[in-house]
Amino acid sequence: MDTFKLLQTLTEVPGPSGNEQAIANAVEEWWQPYATHFVRDRVGNLMAVKEGSGEAPRRSILLAAHMDEIALMVHQIVSHNDNGFLRVTNVGGVDIRHLYGQMVVVHGKNKNFTGVLGSLPKTMLPPEKRNKPFGYEDLVVDVGLPLSEVEAEISVGDFISFRQPLRKLQNGRVAGKALDNRASIAAVTICLDYLSQRTHSWDVVAVATVQEETRLLGAFTSAHSQQPDLAIAIDVTFGKGPGASDTGTFELDSGPSLDLGPNVHTGMYKALKKTAESLEMSISTGTHNRASGTDAFGVQVARSGIPTGLISIPLRYMHTMVESVALKDVERCGRLMGEFIANLDDEFLGKLAAGMMEKDGD
Amino acid sequence: MNELLKNLTEAVGVSGEEKEVRLLIRDLIADHVDEWHVDAMGNLIALKKGTGAVDLRVMVDAHMDEVGLIVTDYDSNGTLKFSGVGGFDDRALLGKVVQVGPKKLTGVIGARPIHLLNATQRSTITKMDAMRIDIGAKNKDAASGKVNIGDRAAFVTEYEELGPTAVGKAFDNRAGCAALIELLRERPYPFDLIATFTVQEEVGLRGATTAAYGVKPDVALILECTPAYDLPNKDDVSPNVALGKGPSIYVMDSGTMQDPRLVSLITQTAADNDIPCQIRRPGGGGTNTAVIQRVRGAIPAATIAVPGRYAHTPAMMINLDDYANVVKLAKATLLNLTMDIVKRN
Repeated sequence: MDTFKLLQTLTEVPGPSGNEQAIANAVEEWWQPYATHFVRDRVGNLMAVKEGSGEAPRRSILLAAHMDEIALMVHQIVSHNDNGFLRVTNVGGVDIRHLYGQMVVVHGKNKNFTGVLGSLPKTMLPPEKRNKPFGYEDLVVDVGLPLSEVEAEISVGDFISFRQPLRKLQNGRVAGKALDNRASIAAVTICLDYLSQRTHSWDVVAVATVQEETRLLGAFTSAHSQQPDLAIAIDVTFGKGPGASDTGTFELDSGPSLDLGPNVHTGMYKALKKTAESLEMSISTGTHNRASGTDAFGVQVARSGIPTGLISIPLRYMHTMVESVALKDVERCGRLMGEFIANLDDEFLGKLAAGMMEKDGD
Repeated sequence: MNELLKNLTEAVGVSGEEKEVRLLIRDLIADHVDEWHVDAMGNLIALKKGTGAVDLRVMVDAHMDEVGLIVTDYDSNGTLKFSGVGGFDDRALLGKVVQVGPKKLTGVIGARPIHLLNATQRSTITKMDAMRIDIGAKNKDAASGKVNIGDRAAFVTEYEELGPTAVGKAFDNRAGCAALIELLRERPYPFDLIATFTVQEEVGLRGATTAAYGVKPDVALILECTPAYDLPNKDDVSPNVALGKGPSIYVMDSGTMQDPRLVSLITQTAADNDIPCQIRRPGGGGTNTAVIQRVRGAIPAATIAVPGRYAHTPAMMINLDDYANVVKLAKATLLNLTMDIVKRN
């Protein structure tokens, strides 16, 4: 499987939180060869079930990777000289400091429009605004069209996605938009491919979840409906790089990070770590002290609770249009999950439960 | 699709390193001029001989450089430190893709993620000296093997037409270059026309200074792309022009009083030919006209410009009719040019 090509299609297809139809279709295409069947639920989660070789009823593991991305939304249509400009607001945690000069796609009623994020230059702004980042009230999305054409096709509430093709950097790294979290969707794809060459007795439910960037909606609902016995959430974590070298940041190309913290079942962490050791794969350990900010938060508390693990791919410049990852980390993440799932047996859940009552060091 | 604008804007020519654009333009004009040469600064100067009906040497200028970045050092983590070449708002750089050096390596300018910023950091402009270009190199040695100190970096924006408008990088001033190329493709003018595709406008009008001296023209016409600030705004701003309202005619900016006789010739020509045009609201800003008009014993000079929004950012926008009308108006003006207009009694 060509990881660059996989990521290229996955990142370039738009999927703002709450408007994931297009990316769901793209993901379905990549998962088609591996899925026994697909389920789409009421909020738009895409779930691919890959049945295991064990006797029914089988145990199942849910893999949750969100497919939505941060975006913008039309807030107001304003006119100047008979031209139509869009004022916008954020969908998810957009860093407004990155917006000036950015290209976007406005998803209008019948078609898409290319737009540019612009503003008046510093010298034209009131003095109190010159020395701080632009606010949403200063920025416009300019689609280069007269007001009448804008009003005919674009409405308040329309989604706007960022436009940045995936590009190759040196050293097996890539940069583009929406690698948070399409890098993890790619890892799940690689995992499914890995499992297609191995036997696995458990069912695998791969979920491309919706609305993680806003409310973790897809994680709560998919884990509820699928009732898995185990779950792994896959997301990105902070890559070490310019402006981010502190604790809690991870070198690109150093392997996936396995998380420890309240959203994670410690037994799952240990089991995943053991799998990594068996593969001689380099990994690191990340921590979260409260909410992990990932689908693990939602999945873990579905129904009466699901033992959940969290695997993260180091990524530089999170929530920008130039997010960057090492392709090898994506591949490692996929292989790690595949190997873990291939080794799941009838005893796993019992051991996991027993582990809860064992004294440390036992 | 306007191939000329596409090819010119997608070419890279950050001030002082304009070779790619110079070669491209040379190929585009070689069949339409009588001779061309490159001066010590790197200006491409081409002569299109006239019919001899009018005894003038007319210089038409368009600068071919664009604003960009220059690599100043390597960081220990393999990223590149840089400075701006030309006027920049630091706020235009975060989250952008650049092409670095002659090999055009892709680099990105990221920042500390929003999740890790405190409230003060979120409301503070990140300064250029705190930014890095990331080409993916693992460490300093890997970076220095790929990129040299002094390499330029330019934005990466594909030219695209959106109905009446077009988006791309470096319309300032490849739009002017494209218009000048179109003028050279016309039949000979009544006088000798000397086209100067000049360097280093963005860093102080350097190329035009030597080009005008060398060309020694009687009259000069400068083709530009001028910033349009026609955005929704409570306050009326100046200088200003608007997209879609035709070529922008300069009267006064921070560096010039334009030659009034030429300004009237241009506006009269526009009226006679039903070409829309707009007087750029006088105010700050400047063009090569400022240096060309004071070369030698002074040269009557005027400026016609394509209005462009979002100058000095990765994605500018122009109106394609404005561009076409700049070509039309410049041509018609040149054809109306006579010795009498610039003669001093």
